[in-house]
Amino acid sequence: MAAFCRGRYRWKRTNCSQFVTRNLTGTFEYHLVVIGGGSGGLACSKEAAQLGQKVAVLDYVEPSVKGTKWGIGGTCVNVGCIPKKLMHQAALLGTALNDAQKYGWEIHGPISHNWRTMAEAVQNHVRSLNWGHRVQLQDKKVKYLNVKGSLVDEHTVKCLSKAGKEETLTAKNIVIATGGRPKYPTHVPGAIEHGITSDDLFWLKETPGKTLVVGASYVALECAGFLTGIGLDTTVMVRSIPLRGFDQQMAGLVTDYMEAYGTKFCWRSVPKSVAKLSSGALQVTWTDTQTGQDKQDTFDSVLWAVGRVPETKSLNLENVGVQLNQESGKIFVGADESTSVPNIYAFGDVGEGRPELTPTAIKAGKLLARRLAGQTSELMNYDSVPTTVFTPLEYGCVGLAEEEAERRYGKDSIEVYHAFYKPLEFTVSERDASRCYIKVVCERSGDQKILGLHFTGPNAGEVTQGFAMGFRCGATLTHLKETVGIHPTCAEELTKVNISKRSGLDPTVTGC
Amino acid sequence: MLPSGGPYDFDLLVLGGQYGGLALAKEAAAGFGKKVMVLGFVSPTHNGSSSGLTGSSWNMGCITRKLMHQASLLGKAIQDAQKYGWKFEEQVSHGWREMVEAVQQHVQSVSSELRWELKQCGVTFLEAQGEMLKPHTVQATEGNERRTCLTAETIVIATGDRAKYLSIPGAREHCITSDDLFSLANSPGKTLVVGGSSEGLEYAGFLSGLGLEVTVLLGSQLLPGFDHKVIQKVEDHMLVHGVKFLHHHILKEVEQIEAGITGRLIVSAVSIDGRETFKEEFNTVLMAVGREAYTSDIGLDHVGVKYDQESGSIIVNQQEQSSVDHVYALEAVHKGCSRTSGLSLQAGRLLALRLYGGQRTTCDYSRAPTVLFTPMEYAACGLSEEKARLKFGEDDVEVYQSYYWPLEWTVPRRDKNSCYAKVICHISDQERVVGIHVMGPSAGEVIQGFAVALRCGLTKQQLDTTVGLHLVSAQVLTNLTVTQRAAEAMMVRGNC
Repeated sequence: MAAFCRGRYRWKRTNCSQFVTRNLTGTFEYHLVVIGGGSGGLACSKEAAQLGQKVAVLDYVEPSVKGTKWGIGGTCVNVGCIPKKLMHQAALLGTALNDAQKYGWEIHGPISHNWRTMAEAVQNHVRSLNWGHRVQLQDKKVKYLNVKGSLVDEHTVKCLSKAGKEETLTAKNIVIATGGRPKYPTHVPGAIEHGITSDDLFWLKETPGKTLVVGASYVALECAGFLTGIGLDTTVMVRSIPLRGFDQQMAGLVTDYMEAYGTKFCWRSVPKSVAKLSSGALQVTWTDTQTGQDKQDTFDSVLWAVGRVPETKSLNLENVGVQLNQESGKIFVGADESTSVPNIYAFGDVGEGRPELTPTAIKAGKLLARRLAGQTSELMNYDSVPTTVFTPLEYGCVGLAEEEAERRYGKDSIEVYHAFYKPLEFTVSERDASRCYIKVVCERSGDQKILGLHFTGPNAGEVTQGFAMGFRCGATLTHLKETVGIHPTCAEELTKVNISKRSGLDPTVTGC
Repeated sequence: MLPSGGPYDFDLLVLGGQYGGLALAKEAAAGFGKKVMVLGFVSPTHNGSSSGLTGSSWNMGCITRKLMHQASLLGKAIQDAQKYGWKFEEQVSHGWREMVEAVQQHVQSVSSELRWELKQCGVTFLEAQGEMLKPHTVQATEGNERRTCLTAETIVIATGDRAKYLSIPGAREHCITSDDLFSLANSPGKTLVVGGSSEGLEYAGFLSGLGLEVTVLLGSQLLPGFDHKVIQKVEDHMLVHGVKFLHHHILKEVEQIEAGITGRLIVSAVSIDGRETFKEEFNTVLMAVGREAYTSDIGLDHVGVKYDQESGSIIVNQQEQSSVDHVYALEAVHKGCSRTSGLSLQAGRLLALRLYGGQRTTCDYSRAPTVLFTPMEYAACGLSEEKARLKFGEDDVEVYQSYYWPLEWTVPRRDKNSCYAKVICHISDQERVVGIHVMGPSAGEVIQGFAVALRCGLTKQQLDTTVGLHLVSAQVLTNLTVTQRAAEAMMVRGNC
């Protein structure tokens, strides 16, 4: 994707003559200034400092519409992966409490969930991480400034503090890692005034109550999933398809499970307006695009999960000459994370065509720091990054979706092996395993190189990591089948796939 | 029923219902159209339980152990749940009987499923004890004493193994083995687990997790053959969580002072150096001193199949073939290899491919991944650190390691930084990964995929350049930067 970017867009070199004098005569205050203290920005700045560079990282959180703000660490730590995974765990534990009783555990009294206890525990953990990051930056001698950064020119950054104080920093290289924020559907009356986003959800002091989640991204499904799991009445409103960009068969299994699990779905519906009633509840009107009819219901909260926008508007990028994709707002980057302006780099969620994932941002940041310090010429490999969706039925994958493989190679050149399996843990607890499924998409000929691997089931992330490694090493179907399975686990089923979709045989695994 | 190819009743006769045998039978029948008979019967253990399970002929050890482990883990989940906002009455208890019933029910259903599967594949199954009388001939004796003589072109022994007993006073009379555990109507109560085998550690862990008082008595080294350093950490974790260990002791006698549903036994042991004696009362003594091949009474001597006199293990070549051409033996009865059911399945399938599919691949016993369902799970693939150092030399081995704390355990503040992962590399071979060890939750699930990667010749560099999956424990393996060498050097410096 990166190479594609570089080929298609020629960089417009800014006329740097007026800045050349400074280069030759003076030194810059910093070797590197990183704008954005999220997963990527922190990894980059810490790595650079470790390599002996003088580094400053600027982090500033513009409060959300509802006024939520947080400390250093970016989206992942504060309003993304970490609180999400913890709340997902809370939901899973609810299921565990039911399971436990089938295994002989006697839990007395009614079981209920208290949002406040959970939210406080999660928020405390996040705060400890904020603190931990501050300490680490100090240890590694990275200068941290809680200011809003913007570009003045390719070596100068303007810093604006909350109090309104301004100062400038000069740097040999500038890295933009400002990430993104959730989008609001601004065309929906009442959306901004009455709705919240993932920026707010994890910091709510009180329970969101009966919630409408609008969107079908992994953010929407994961949030709806854990809200259902902790006992809240939750509805997901989907405009077209769930988990766009993911294998659609797998996406279907994920949403099927959620429906069976208790989450309500409003398919093919678009919100029309949100109004606040005198009771304080929110009345949502939406259109069922299939019938054309309008419907209405009341909710305590409306969570918008309709996409994210990059944080590039207030960086003054255009005036400095950094080229953006006008539609997405993301910065055009080369394979080495360079932008159209020399000495200015960008990576992470803010980069055009980049996966919006923490581990890629971290790795890319570290490699960038090493390259800028002259330690390596290694570029970030963005291919075949594994992902996990932490919905009630987790989904892990690496490589191509089946439909993508078909598109690229042709249906006749690929073979898809699959199996429905039953996790042993689900048996005694009498849980529905009908959507626990694995799919291996391979080349049809030769050793049958694996093109994509998909898994729904418990601990999907743990299962997928190793297979992603195998994928990275060019694993073929033969490698998979030659590997001895670890019995009894869910992961071993991947080494036993032998029913192809083409054969039409029943892919249900039985027996031990 | 398909006719057999030659003058025999069957093309293939499988003695025993071990996984490997079943995998072989299914592959031979469904894959190659062979006429197959499986004789599945496990004679009762000393305490009268038929592999501990009513009506089942299969050795269900791996299922029951995972289910017990799950029961134990759920106990911890209940504790964690409160920190995550779940509210219920503080006092939680565990009902042994409910658990045993639930597990037995599941085992029964698996048993039925297996039988159905065999039938679907065209395999004939008979619940009978098999005994070889002469070449190609097996006598099948059913429960009602009915005897049938069957002939087969190929005979494969897949009778598996069973728990051993020590030959000390009171062992057979008053002690039980893991095979009996699930036929206990009541909780085993205060338990002494004898033996430092993997089974012993696992069962000690499960029972402790269910709230029982457990002591492990062992003679010498804990789990020889496993990575010594990691096993030590597994034991340490169990210690911290309340399991008592009595090292370097030998069991001398088990006396019964009160019989009944929850009996009372007095255990006497003495330390190896003879200086200390140990005498304590327990409700149950669980023998976990190892397993022996279940090969008595199957007529090995009648046809001249060579076996190890002491252990009963049948001696086979790389093709699992015994000293008698047409008799093969699978996995658990195969001398000298570590027992995993995953291996068993693989071995059975490959044998079918060799016998009938013209293939030559033999089962690779050296690279089988293993898993221990101890309270802190431990899974590994490849070489242990000791074996790697022996094989390549101290200077050519680099060990990368890290402790980690799964995110899920942060909120309940559980076992901070007790999880551990290490990767052993062969320096001169492009730092090829020769061993991966993970000690932490879902270790088995983590290791499986890495076992595939190991087959593809995984190097440290590939590990490092693969993007990790965020917030899963497995990710730690893609972020290993500290070597054991460096860590130890730092520790030494710290002491100055």
